[in-house]
Amino acid sequence: MKNKFFEKYFVFTPYFWLVLFFFIPLAIIFKISISVSEWGMPPYQDIFLFDNGFKINTTFENYIYIFSDFYYIGSFINSLILALTSTFFCLLIGFPLAFYIATSNIRLRNILLVLVVIPFWSSFLLRVYAWKIILQNNGILNVILINLGITSEPLQLLYNQYAVIMGIVYTYLPLMILPLYGYLNKFNLNLIEASKDLGLNRFRTFFKVIFPLSIPGIIAGSLLVFIPVVGEFIIPEMLGGSDRLYYGKILWEEFFVNRNWPGASALAFTGIIILVLPIIIFQIIYSRWSEKNEI
Amino acid sequence: MKSNIIKSIIVFLGLFFLYFPILVLIFYSFNENKRVMVWKGFSLRWYNELFKNEQIIEAFIISIKIAALSATFATILGVMIGYSLVRISKIPFKSLYIFLSSTPLVLPELILGLSMLLFFISLNNLVGIPSSRGQLTIFISHVTFCIAFVAIIIQARLTDFNKNIEEAAMDLGYNYSEVLYKITLPIILPSIIAGWLLAFTISLDDLVVASFTTGPGANTLPIVVFSKVRLGLSPEVNALSAILMLALLIIGIIYFYFNKKFKH
Repeated sequence: MKNKFFEKYFVFTPYFWLVLFFFIPLAIIFKISISVSEWGMPPYQDIFLFDNGFKINTTFENYIYIFSDFYYIGSFINSLILALTSTFFCLLIGFPLAFYIATSNIRLRNILLVLVVIPFWSSFLLRVYAWKIILQNNGILNVILINLGITSEPLQLLYNQYAVIMGIVYTYLPLMILPLYGYLNKFNLNLIEASKDLGLNRFRTFFKVIFPLSIPGIIAGSLLVFIPVVGEFIIPEMLGGSDRLYYGKILWEEFFVNRNWPGASALAFTGIIILVLPIIIFQIIYSRWSEKNEI
Repeated sequence: MKSNIIKSIIVFLGLFFLYFPILVLIFYSFNENKRVMVWKGFSLRWYNELFKNEQIIEAFIISIKIAALSATFATILGVMIGYSLVRISKIPFKSLYIFLSSTPLVLPELILGLSMLLFFISLNNLVGIPSSRGQLTIFISHVTFCIAFVAIIIQARLTDFNKNIEEAAMDLGYNYSEVLYKITLPIILPSIIAGWLLAFTISLDDLVVASFTTGPGANTLPIVVFSKVRLGLSPEVNALSAILMLALLIIGIIYFYFNKKFKH
């Protein structure tokens, strides 16, 4: 029964690692989020006290603190709106690209696909930094706008919410295109011809044939963009201004600046709860990938 | 004919959008002027300065070391997960297994980083290790979130090729470990290399998780770069960008070579 040993070894080695270094850390976030905060190091009290008999020392104050302050709720809402807007624009740009790549002939298709994904390989941080250069007051975009006579004064393009959306759409676009391409690539192009032969115009062909067939790809791509963007920290920090506060920034400051660990943990755990539903949908799609090999 | 023109225009605009910022960055790295945005003339001055900057060089070496090690561990564990999910039917608490091995793909890095930091602090309070945070704690965190990326590549490859090959080898008298090492492993080898490269780049590129789990003497390259460009522009970072972009683009091309090679 040698293969039993192998199977156990293969299943349980990564299992052990992930429980220890992923599951337990998530549980610790929950634990600290219901701990009583205090001055000191670490800045929270134990949840089990043993001095006068056994006592459980937990509180929901950290959650009440977050939900009673619009500073925190507002940042959550800002982040959700940001994630929705960016996902929408990624889809708007990504869909036609993915569609045309998928309908190209096979040689061109592979080249285009590699070209689309290659920028994703270069450094994330530096790609955001590149937008900082482009959007400067004396940056290349302002120079073009002035030369075209669209504006006489340089526009303040950097340090606002639009620059943030720009940066996110740019860096997350390949994550939208890949799954979309994966699904579009599978379906039979003859269907488009058939629908044209049956007298449907382009518009109706798109909404009755192409769009419904690519819904799984749209969901997968949207979740790959939406979920991480809710917690995005670097892009708002580099390109954003003080006009909008986002969840990532608030969490970072709560932990590193205010040193309120239970508060930061409560913020993080609330984030997990908000993202649980999208993550579950993502997992259903993910396990289908493995069954049908659709990526 | 008309649709072909529209198609070409859309693809061209899309690619222009993706590559334009990278080209701008490389272009400005050759600017002589210390003020990044004012063009003064072509020069390699900042490349020269970059190689004399000990802080950046040191951070680069630390990053490469952590990335190579964590990619290797993540690849070993990721291959095991990919194999388990496709070929092993009895996995206890399978939905937990899928949850643990796929959630790091999408979970915001900030939440991941915070959970790792609090975990290391709690562990230190409990048993005294790790005594301080640094390269080891970054390494462990990077392995944890790179596993998922390797697993998904291996999984795709394993579902791709026919299980019958393995069964045929078994019928011909190979035992389980022989099948594994002589049949399965060589077939998925290109995907293993692809997975390693992906994990390597992700670790090399990570800023958020590393910022949480770093400690004295463990400033990785993204941490140093971020501290330089958070508030402004830096000509040295421009030069570094150009070099890193090209290096990573080459890794990306190699990745595609391995990931596509044995696909139909």
